Amino acid sequence: MRIAILALQGAFDEHRQMLTRLGVESFLVRNLSDWQQPKDGLIIPGGESTAMMKIMRDEGLFTPIRDAILGGLPVFGTCAGMILLDDQHLACMDITARRNAYGRQLGSFHTVAPMSDVGQVPMVFIRAPFIERQGADVQPLATVDDRLVAARQRHMLVCAFHPELTSDTSVHSYFLGMIR
Amino acid sequence: MEDRTQLNRNLAQMLKGGVIMDVTTPEQARIAEAAGACAVMALERIPADIRAAGGVSRMSDPKMIRGIQEAVTIPVMAKCRIGHFAEAQILEAIEIDYIDESEVLSPADDLYHIDKRRFRVPFVCGAKDLGEALRRINEGATMIRTKGEPGTGDIIQAVRHMRLMQSEIRRLVSMSDDELYEAAKQLRVPYDLVLYVHENGRLPVVNFAAGGVATPADAALMMQLGAEGVFVGSGIFKSGNPEKRAQAIVKAVTNYDRPDILAQLSEDLGEAMVGINESEIALLMAERGK
Repeated sequence: MRIAILALQGAFDEHRQMLTRLGVESFLVRNLSDWQQPKDGLIIPGGESTAMMKIMRDEGLFTPIRDAILGGLPVFGTCAGMILLDDQHLACMDITARRNAYGRQLGSFHTVAPMSDVGQVPMVFIRAPFIERQGADVQPLATVDDRLVAARQRHMLVCAFHPELTSDTSVHSYFLGMIR
Repeated sequence: MEDRTQLNRNLAQMLKGGVIMDVTTPEQARIAEAAGACAVMALERIPADIRAAGGVSRMSDPKMIRGIQEAVTIPVMAKCRIGHFAEAQILEAIEIDYIDESEVLSPADDLYHIDKRRFRVPFVCGAKDLGEALRRINEGATMIRTKGEPGTGDIIQAVRHMRLMQSEIRRLVSMSDDELYEAAKQLRVPYDLVLYVHENGRLPVVNFAAGGVATPADAALMMQLGAEGVFVGSGIFKSGNPEKRAQAIVKAVTNYDRPDILAQLSEDLGEAMVGINESEIALLMAERGK
C-alpha cells in the first residue's frame, strides 16, 4: 500500500511519520508530477487552508485531486484537510466546515473523546474547524461539546482535530482499514 | 509538559512549509493572505523603515493590529520588545495568535527576556545559535527563528545562524551520553533540552528562517539549510511587485528543492528591495538579547 500526502504547506511530515510507524509507505505531493505516481489513498494534512487552496490551484492540482477523490480514491483530511474536502472547496464531501470555529489560538484545546469504530481518541484542536452541516449520506463519528468533529462519507474520512500530533495511531489505522 | 505549551508548539507545526509576511495595513494583509501566506505579522512599520527612522521602536497600536485581525482568517502575529512583558500582556489581551519577542524593536530589558511560561499565548523568539535557541525555549518560546539582520535584504546573517545551529545540533547528536552534561554547561541551557536534541537531532520546536529574505532563491536557500518555513519582512512590500513576489516566495518554500520550478518563479518579479549589505550598517539588531 502506498499513500500520497499533500505537502503544499502544513504538518505533512507528522502524517508521514505516523504512516511509517504503521509500516505503510508514503510519498509527498508538491506538484503535478509528484501526484502522477500510483497511490492507494490520499491524506490532506493540517495547515492553513487558504495557503493550500491557493497553491493547489496554481500548481494545477485542484481538478486532478478532485476527480481522483470523486472517482473513489480513499482520502483522509485533518483540520485544514477537512475544510478542503467540504462543499465550499474541493466539494467532495457533503459537509460544510466552519473555519476557526473555536476562535483564535487561545481557543485551541486538547481533550479525549470517543470516536465510533475507533474508541477513545486523544484529540488536539488547533484553531480548529467543526462540521456545521452534514448531508444524510454522512456518518457522524465523533462529537465534542455537541459539535461534530469527525465524519465519514463512503471512502472519505475527516476530522477537525490532529491525530498526527499525538502518539495514538488508531485514527490512521482506521483510515488504512477503509482502504484494505 | 503543560497542555498550553504543547498546543502552542502544535500551532507552529501547522505553519511549517509556509511563509509569514510582515504587513502594515489590512490591505497588505489581504494581499498576503491571497498570495498564500500561512500567517501575517502585524506591525506599524516594516523593519527597513524602522531602521531608516531610527529612535525607539515599540509595540504597534492594538487598534491597528485589530484591524488586521479583522481583515484575514489566517493567524496574526505581532511584535513586542525584548523583556517587555507588559506589551506582551496587552497583545495577549487582544488574542493575538503568536507574539514575536523581537530584536527588531528597541529592547526594553538588557538582561531578562520575558518569562514566556506565564503566558497562555505562544511566543516565537530569534536565535543566532543553538544555545540561544534553547535558552529561549527554556523560557517558554514555542517557536524559534533565525535572527537575520532585519530590513536589509541581505541573507548572510540568516545563513550564518541557520548553519551554526544545524552544525551544533549535529555535534550534540554525535556526542556520547556522558559528554552531554558538559555540553549543557557550555551552552548555558538545562540538560533535558540538550538530551532532547541529542536524541531527536532537532530542536523541540519548529525553526523558521527570518531576516534578509528577499527572493524565491533566498527562501529556497534557507529551506535547504534546514529551515521549516520563512518569515519575510521588508522583502515583499518594499519590492516593485509585492503581489507577484509574495506568491513566488510562497511557492518557492513548497518547491525549495526543485530548481526548475524555482527558475520559473524567479522570472519577471520586478525590482527586489534595494537592500543594504551587512557591512554597511551601523546597528546590528541581531546583537540585541543573547
